Amino acid sequence: MDPRIGTALIVLVGVPAVLIGYIYGTELLLRTLPERLKPKVRPWLWLLPALAFLFVFLIYPTIGTIIRSFRDKLDESFVGFANYQQFASSDVTLTALRNNILWVIFLTLFCVGVGMLIAILVDRVRYESFAKGVIFLPLAISAVAAGVIWKFMFDYQPPGQPQTGTMNAFIGLLGVAPVPWLQNDTLALNTFALIGVMAWMWTGFAMVIISASLKSISAELLEAARVDGANEWQVFRGIVFPLLLPTIAVVSTTMIITALKAFDVVYTMTGGNFNTDVVANLMYKQISFGDFGFASAIAVVLLLAIIPIMLVNVRRFQAQEAIR
Amino acid sequence: MTAVARPGAIAAPVATSRIPRGFGRIGVHAGVIILMAIWLIPTIGLLVNSFRSEQDVSASGWWSALFPPWNLSLDNYASVLGEQGIGDAFVNSLFITIPSVIIPILVAAFAAYAFSWMSFPGRNLLFVAVVGLLVVPLQTTFIPILKLYAGISIHFGPVNIDTLNGEFLAVWLAHTGYGLPFAIYLLRNFMGGLPKEVFESAAIDGASPVVAFLRLALPMSVPAIAALVIFQFLFVWNDLLVALVYIGSTNAANSPLTISIANLVTSLGGNWQLLGAAAFMSMALPLLVFASLQRYFVRGITGGAVKG
Repeated sequence: MDPRIGTALIVLVGVPAVLIGYIYGTELLLRTLPERLKPKVRPWLWLLPALAFLFVFLIYPTIGTIIRSFRDKLDESFVGFANYQQFASSDVTLTALRNNILWVIFLTLFCVGVGMLIAILVDRVRYESFAKGVIFLPLAISAVAAGVIWKFMFDYQPPGQPQTGTMNAFIGLLGVAPVPWLQNDTLALNTFALIGVMAWMWTGFAMVIISASLKSISAELLEAARVDGANEWQVFRGIVFPLLLPTIAVVSTTMIITALKAFDVVYTMTGGNFNTDVVANLMYKQISFGDFGFASAIAVVLLLAIIPIMLVNVRRFQAQEAIR
Repeated sequence: MTAVARPGAIAAPVATSRIPRGFGRIGVHAGVIILMAIWLIPTIGLLVNSFRSEQDVSASGWWSALFPPWNLSLDNYASVLGEQGIGDAFVNSLFITIPSVIIPILVAAFAAYAFSWMSFPGRNLLFVAVVGLLVVPLQTTFIPILKLYAGISIHFGPVNIDTLNGEFLAVWLAHTGYGLPFAIYLLRNFMGGLPKEVFESAAIDGASPVVAFLRLALPMSVPAIAALVIFQFLFVWNDLLVALVYIGSTNAANSPLTISIANLVTSLGGNWQLLGAAAFMSMALPLLVFASLQRYFVRGITGGAVKG
């Protein structure tokens, strides 16, 4: 028998059975308790699996990583800030850090800017949902598949040979010599090429959310402004943009996190070579080299970069709860 | 309430009054069509090449296959499915994805129900902690979990596992932990907005919380659950990093599609026809899910993201 049939049975029958069994089991357990205690104990039984997973897979390991970042490669002794000094003094990590800053700035600006532009444009055509679907589609595929698609777009052949990559063939039509997009790091060209791939994937995300917010702006308000003689730019500047700002702030935080965590596209397309490395890929490489101390320090740097966003999220959540 | 609960928030029909008088209509159409072309061409290019032969692919660009003689075939798909091991990787991806979707959503539904309809000390504080955990980078969790997994060995009947690293179970559990904060957040926001009377009258009729949960809360939360299923499915199916860390080099036989394709990129180099076929094999299922459930998906992200 193919052992995979056993796996398939576990996957389709065993896993759901265990989970539904658990929640029935809690009631059986509660029957043994006095009536008075039941409502006090029950919530914790319902929360227990979630809290256990959150603790074991997020809280405990995060604390562990912070401690580990102050210890040496093999976890034998305490080394103080040595791993962080290594991070701050190596060209490789500083290049990765610089690239991540480029990612945060340009991925966010592009996705929010172009996403907003598309949302406003498609609002004025009848095939809006089809157009949105097209822009949104790349978000459903893996960054690995997107990496393959765009590695082919950026394909480079030496001058004189037929350029089969779309980008080089296109600039060839304009009489420009072929460019090795992913190898050329002049002005971080290749990093911008990678950011472009991610922007292709994520612009649809920004567009959909901004578009939803755009629909909530009352048409009468815009019409009134136009009747009063405002041109399209003035309507956008004076009414639409200010009303979209809270949404743009939310989308931007998501994009910043996405940029900070960027990994798959870099791993698939350049492997971090040609000065395109980013912090997340650097950390993965240190895990595969077995330098867990340094890898932990890199992870903590990433965490530190994300903590302000975490605080913003919590603040925003509490403000929402207050008006709920 | 979140936007998740508001059907039609996205698909509002375009009111004609939105379209301003005298606006450059042709300019708008041209802009939208050019943008759509930019977004479609990369995918179409590789799709076309995935049906062409190696000679054709290296001799001319994909656009030349748009004109006769076409010379298109399914040979590349047959080749990646068999020789390149993409067929096995596809099955592995399914094995990894299905429990990694079911477990977190059910576990989150239990917790969301408790957060919504049961009272206990520290309820708000605990939920704020969940919101904080939403953005913890996965990178800060890898090393301690790898060590934890390395210490787990299971010897029971036909099961002989010396370390959890490399096993499907390792990825299921990790994806459950990683997916939970968002799942709890979204489901609690949705379940918390269900009508209170329904649960009160169920309790008066003597229904236990388990029955109220399975018969009322879960069925009424289908829109939110559907959105979550799509998210978690796409996240896990498309994930490379988590699979690399917990399965990666330890057990290549369990590699999902993303790892296999990333490896093909290195080993096949410029064989775009094969790489294209492999990439489209991996895209088939998510595109199908996305196309059929797009409504829920869009509602889910606007609900989840607009609200934080």
